[in-house]
Amino acid sequence: MINPALLLIFGALPIAFLQRPLRQIYLLALPIVAFALALGIEDGSYGHIKVFDYTLETLRMDGLSRVFMIIFLIATFLGTLYALNDDDPVQQTSGMIYAGAAVGAVLAGDLISLFVYWELTAIASVFLILAAGTEKARRAAMRYLIIQVGSGVLLLAGALMHVADTGSIAFVHFGLETTAGKLIFLAFGVKCAFPLLHNWLQDAYPEATVGGTVMLSAFTTKLAVYSLARGYAGTEILIVIGATMTMFPIFYAVIENDLRRVLAYSLNNQLGFMVVGVGVGTELALNGTAAHAFTHILYKALLFMSMGAVLLRTGTCKGSELGGLYKTMPWTTGFCIVGAASISAFPLFSGFVSKSMILSALGYEGHWFAWGVLLFASAGVFHHSGIKIPFFAFFAHDSGMRPKEAPFNMLLAMGVTAFLCIAIGVYPTALYDILPHDVDYHPYSTAHVINQLQLLLFSALAFTFLMMTKLYPPELKSTNLDTDYVYRRLLLRLIAWLRDALAQVDRQGRQFLLGIVSAIMDWIQKHHGINGMMSQTYSAGTMVFWTLAMFLVFLVMYLAA
Amino acid sequence: MTTPPDDGKTYWLDDMRNVRKIVWALVIVCAGLFVADAFYHKHPYFSAESWFGFYALYGFFMCVGLVLAAKVMRFFLMRDEDYYDKDRGND
Repeated sequence: MINPALLLIFGALPIAFLQRPLRQIYLLALPIVAFALALGIEDGSYGHIKVFDYTLETLRMDGLSRVFMIIFLIATFLGTLYALNDDDPVQQTSGMIYAGAAVGAVLAGDLISLFVYWELTAIASVFLILAAGTEKARRAAMRYLIIQVGSGVLLLAGALMHVADTGSIAFVHFGLETTAGKLIFLAFGVKCAFPLLHNWLQDAYPEATVGGTVMLSAFTTKLAVYSLARGYAGTEILIVIGATMTMFPIFYAVIENDLRRVLAYSLNNQLGFMVVGVGVGTELALNGTAAHAFTHILYKALLFMSMGAVLLRTGTCKGSELGGLYKTMPWTTGFCIVGAASISAFPLFSGFVSKSMILSALGYEGHWFAWGVLLFASAGVFHHSGIKIPFFAFFAHDSGMRPKEAPFNMLLAMGVTAFLCIAIGVYPTALYDILPHDVDYHPYSTAHVINQLQLLLFSALAFTFLMMTKLYPPELKSTNLDTDYVYRRLLLRLIAWLRDALAQVDRQGRQFLLGIVSAIMDWIQKHHGINGMMSQTYSAGTMVFWTLAMFLVFLVMYLAA
Repeated sequence: MTTPPDDGKTYWLDDMRNVRKIVWALVIVCAGLFVADAFYHKHPYFSAESWFGFYALYGFFMCVGLVLAAKVMRFFLMRDEDYYDKDRGND
């Protein structure tokens, strides 16, 4: 039994030593072989390794891990194909290790294996950001690495406490009752970009390389969703957290100028849907979460691919500088629109058959407020991802840029991904068959199709109305403050202020001590200085006189006694 | 609006009349969908869903609200593009 994760991780090592075109073939073959191997693994527990008193379960196959493993391996292949024209062995190696680590983590049956893979995803993926080579990317990569490794440290602390409490290292349902459970929850929450813990995502992803962002968008956060589904299904607070996540990023997405950052915000919003599904915790909801993670990885990758192609060909991804690119990049435009329709959950596209499971699950359980929030977020996601992305990049006002169409391998990767997005939308049974629980769900009811079309097309009408009345905020060169303000500005200011305050105290203290020292010096100077009483020179006669005088006093006192 | 470079081609969307056609098509489809609410059987989870044209109105007004709220947010949150880069010289 070969673990597909190890195949990718160790298979990545020879990449740098191979020459083109052999390297290209090898890169594409590796995920295919891993996929073929993985499909042959039956449900069960494998890869037991004894470490001290504990037995690691490095390969646990069940319904939940299988669906995540399958989509991770598909994403690995598509991401590799997409980045094939960028012949950089550093990215190719780290990307493959990153993907392998993510697969390893969803297959890990114990907390120790999970921790090892968890940290490996952090360390391997940072090279995809560093490889962009700019100072900005380097700084973002360091912030990203600190936060990701920090999440691992929380996981380790929680795992150690859990083992101390229960004596078991198994990665099962934890719940929030114990401190260990809370720590692990927080570790997952950081990687899942919970509100206020989210900003590493929007900070780092848009700074990565063209191909790097596509890889990044697939694995880290969905690994966290998987982990939450495994450890915290039915934890009600996740409904609140998830609903918040679906809502606040869309406001940022509307005013953000960097289109890859818009996608990062909408990624955050999509994670919210999955988190809500985990929070509801019913079979339908968990199926919805898994299905949505599956479709989301594909359409989000497709959207990042199309924006990456724009970045590659024009050198920018800013809405304020783009426009009219459909004229020379028609294929990329078309694929982008497929991704946009999928994320917006148009009928016959993939998002429609997965997102609605989560909304229905909320409906069955009677969570009307969360349902309303998610419905609003569904309309909002169409607004910023479905319309804004393709509109400002490919249409809007003509930027005058006439870039070449994307390279062939990119078009091929986008084409395959777009095909999958439509295929799942048209034939959802293929996806439903691999979900963790049995599916009795029919997305294509008359009411559902019409309601969804009403919601989306009236959102489009709102966009049109706002554009024509010039109420829509224009794309502006800008930075919008988010929670990264805390550690990029506020804390730095605070440290600078503390430094200045300490310097002040230090200066005053020194001055006070110097004052004392100089007072002593003055006193000594006065008495022992040149004209001081104690340092004057006296003539020998005077000295003899005083000696005699003292001798006389002594004599008188002696005689008197 | 700047004049696009002359690459010897005019595109269908360059003509504002065609853009207007698309807008009208959207309006007509929306009107159709709104009226369609009278002609099918709903399976609501919540009572609000049974209101006539609920999804249409919710989509429209929430999106307008979203964009206007985001516009107000700009007032508080928007800074120069190189906002975080400016500090660097000092440290």
